Amino acid sequence: MLELKVLGQEGVGGGPAGGCTSSGCGGSLDALAHLPEHIRAKVHNHPCYSEEAHHHYARMHVAVAPACNIQCHYCNRKYDCANESRPGVVSELLTPDQAVKKVMAVAASIPQMTVLGIAGPGDPLANPDRTLETFRQLTEKAADIKLCVSTNGLALPDLVEELCQHNIDHVTITINCVDPDVGAKIYPWIFWKDRRIKGRKAAEILIERQQRGLEMLVGRGVLVKVNSVMIPGVNDQHLEEVSRVVKAKGAFLHNVMPLIAEAEHGTFFGVMGQRGPTHDELQTLQDACAGDMAMMRHCRQCRADAVGMLGEDRGSEFTLDKIESMEIDYAKAMEERRQVHAAIEANREAQRKKSGESFVSLSALKVRKKETRPVLMAVATTGGGLINQHFGHAREFLIYEATDKDVRFVGHRKVDLYCSGGDTCGDADTTLEKTIRALAGCEAVLCSKIGYEPWGLLEAAGIAPNGEHAMEPIEDAVAAVYREMAAEGRLERPAPAKLRLTA
Amino acid sequence: MAFQIIEGCVNCWACEPLCPSQAIYLPPGGAGSARPHFRIDPGKCTECEGDHADPQCASICPIEGVILDGLGVPLNPPGSLTGIPPERLAATMAEIQAR
Repeated sequence: MLELKVLGQEGVGGGPAGGCTSSGCGGSLDALAHLPEHIRAKVHNHPCYSEEAHHHYARMHVAVAPACNIQCHYCNRKYDCANESRPGVVSELLTPDQAVKKVMAVAASIPQMTVLGIAGPGDPLANPDRTLETFRQLTEKAADIKLCVSTNGLALPDLVEELCQHNIDHVTITINCVDPDVGAKIYPWIFWKDRRIKGRKAAEILIERQQRGLEMLVGRGVLVKVNSVMIPGVNDQHLEEVSRVVKAKGAFLHNVMPLIAEAEHGTFFGVMGQRGPTHDELQTLQDACAGDMAMMRHCRQCRADAVGMLGEDRGSEFTLDKIESMEIDYAKAMEERRQVHAAIEANREAQRKKSGESFVSLSALKVRKKETRPVLMAVATTGGGLINQHFGHAREFLIYEATDKDVRFVGHRKVDLYCSGGDTCGDADTTLEKTIRALAGCEAVLCSKIGYEPWGLLEAAGIAPNGEHAMEPIEDAVAAVYREMAAEGRLERPAPAKLRLTA
Repeated sequence: MAFQIIEGCVNCWACEPLCPSQAIYLPPGGAGSARPHFRIDPGKCTECEGDHADPQCASICPIEGVILDGLGVPLNPPGSLTGIPPERLAATMAEIQAR
């Protein structure tokens, strides 16, 4: 008898890391099963490392590290911008003291914030004094917050020892290549031993330092995630090898992100007209790399001063002038944080138990034994792992792939908010059309509610709007819609032409 | 002789901690377009003479043309940091757009 079930929700593995809901996600149990218990426990409530956790927990970055020691062709060092959301961009630079105050203010106001990262706007390890001072104070004053750092790796081998002293147990290294010829097309220069070094030689040194840093961190038991920027025609063919190499050295998660290269951002690639990958190209590469290691697909490529759940930014609530006037009783906040985290965990546990029972027999649905085809669905959610957002309020959609065997998270797509409920509706048509284009390849969109106009336009575009599963767990709802489609006989015909799921 | 930082500096802070003479400073001032950029104190700048083989600020600055030597000549002329000389720009752009 064929069974349709939601993979990973039957409580396999046990332990605190149990319950990742998708085989393709950042914190997939199977992929992380080889790690010791205490390491799996480390990512359980880390929104950037565990796909399931990102529905429940929030993160923040503090912008204490302005300087950078290399140039990447996808980066513009003019980072001061309030209206852009991408790595390397911040609104105000903080001193370590200001950063610590901000972290404590956010921890008190957003108790589900579990993770503090330093990610720029330059390279955190090219500003070691500012970065390490921030970590030192936080280890002392806010012991319940996990500390992370991301780096290009050039200065990493020299700082591994100190990072370990400050309890940093999550490090992200951006590794775009292991071949200096590829690297020379991405990095025009590095600053190394008091000199600027250009071309292939620069890439060679950077790669050597990144790989050595990775080995040293793994040797110390630090969790290492590797970020790679997918650049069509430059490293797209090469990233599968990068994935193999970093996995062999002990990186536990690989995050392949699409190149962001809008001309108006003023990066070299943007100005020169280098294109970014399509959704299809990105997913195909992620699937190809997934054979080698756990892949992260829920990264939102956030700003170096982002605050809140992944995909949202509440940074404007915590500007310097606002936090200056906040009085924070951190002992009291810690207690509240403990209670909120306990409630989140109880909720996750309840969702897991409920989903564990959701086995559905395909034969009971009178589906013929032959395989039904996979379907992509878009989901509007504000968090909590539930379908709980109005279509018109969604700034992004999570994309799930349903097959007759499982439901897995495969990525997310950003859209321009088309409805703010007010006087911006003059542009509604064009923005709505953009939203629908962003959902290309999806056959259904699940949301809590949806208006009349988008309903019609979605249907015309071949995307079935669905508001019938409001407040239900995402994977259960996607599985239910898939079953309905199967029962209606809609999954026997071949997939629409533009739906290319795997290479 | 002393170097100078001119308009176009993006205030990335990379040069400031490297200066062996603490000659680089950010003047106080407003926000947005009125915000000042980093400057070099000509009384302190030694062009790294005696401290480094290469002048440090000009070796890490990511912006072409914004640090000038004592004669007013850019230390990082056009094309020197992108690796693409101006005469090859059009050809390189076509190549990149074909990817």
